[in-house]
Amino acid sequence: MNDADLEAKVLELFLQVAPDVDAALLDRQVPFRDQFDFDSMDTLNFAVTLHRTFAVEIPETDYRHLASLAQSVRYIREQLAAVPHGGTP
Amino acid sequence: MPSLGPDMVSGTLVQWRVKPGDVVKHGDVIALVETTKGVIDVEVFRDATVEKLLVEPGSAVPVGAVLAELSGTAAAATTPAVLAGQPPVGTAPPVPVPPAGKAVRISPAARAKAQALGINPASLTGTGPQGAITLDDVDRQPLPVRSAAPAPGVRDVIASSMSRSKREIPHYYLSMTCDLTAMQAWLERHNATAAIDDRMLPGALFVAAVARAARAVPGFNGTYGEQGFTPAAGIHVGMAIAARGGRLVAPALLDADRKPATTLMRELRDLTARVRAGHVRGSELSQATITVTSLGEEGVDVVMPIIHPPQVAIVGFGSVVVRPWVIDGAVKPASVVTVSLAGDHRVTDGRAGARFLGAIRDALAAPEQG
Repeated sequence: MNDADLEAKVLELFLQVAPDVDAALLDRQVPFRDQFDFDSMDTLNFAVTLHRTFAVEIPETDYRHLASLAQSVRYIREQLAAVPHGGTP
Repeated sequence: MPSLGPDMVSGTLVQWRVKPGDVVKHGDVIALVETTKGVIDVEVFRDATVEKLLVEPGSAVPVGAVLAELSGTAAAATTPAVLAGQPPVGTAPPVPVPPAGKAVRISPAARAKAQALGINPASLTGTGPQGAITLDDVDRQPLPVRSAAPAPGVRDVIASSMSRSKREIPHYYLSMTCDLTAMQAWLERHNATAAIDDRMLPGALFVAAVARAARAVPGFNGTYGEQGFTPAAGIHVGMAIAARGGRLVAPALLDADRKPATTLMRELRDLTARVRAGHVRGSELSQATITVTSLGEEGVDVVMPIIHPPQVAIVGFGSVVVRPWVIDGAVKPASVVTVSLAGDHRVTDGRAGARFLGAIRDALAAPEQG
């Protein structure tokens, strides 16, 4: 999966968790929390969705790497690289 | 048209999910209704056959108006039944647990378009890969018709409910700062080993603690009406959840005192996701018998909440913070939270309130029993 595809997929998953967010207004570099009311429950739901889709383990201590869209994409890319059999959707 | 809150006067039928001749079961979602609390799923409360739909999508109709005629149940095969109103508080509800992870498949472009047009993606039929909803599917969808007479704004609804509360309910307020060292340690241990789906947040343990306290100390779980206070049979904890865009709802976690905290956590996650998506069931909004509100992530020390009528108590949780705390005669850093209670003085007094807060503190100190 190339970077653009990966980002599109992560964005899609984010919008599943936060369907009331206007995707056009999303800044990929800025933490979700600073752009929208995005709380710990949203973060957990986002982590669960990423885990299910990409079959990567996301320990609670790594939630901080999911703060923004750009960070999340980077984190998932690194996790997929680290797991040789990491699933792709 | 069911009443989805004490201040709802009308709702707009957005879409029928059934047609005449359909056989429906207790708990089936038969229509989507737009209210100031967002688009709500309307359930049917008996097994029946749909005879006739009486309201066109797009129509704004008052609470209590008949939406459809049902018939053909085993019990009442000949009399057409009227579908209106809501089940009384405390009746067995349908279990609103959609399969986890069964999200609508929709492309980001289609989702953005649907959102811009005010179309709920869940109402669309996808023709893309694996049934995914594509941009074309959105374009084919007729626009939701808005009623000519707009429903009162979200602010108006909150204003009306809170004004009624402050006008009618003599509130008293108490607060207690509780040591969460045990709870935080339990959470850390649990989350380090639990599968991601089973991880917990403090909110679920707060709900569990309030539910257990409400079972132990009477006078806080129920409703106040013309007959005075009526204790509720079950302990259904409403959790105040804000949706982006200013909506604020408090759907109920049913029988919260009888569920393990891990179950409450799953339900809370599911409810939050559905509040965000505008998919709360009407019954969930009218069943709470006590409410919990948590502003813990906003840096607030103490919440002084306002009771949601006709309930008689609301419990607030401030931020979980590390503070110097005296433990066994020595000052140590400890995680603490300030728990506050707004009680209805017509029903309980400060002493009962103090016992209730004490029971919450004790429950928070023993999370493993939740």
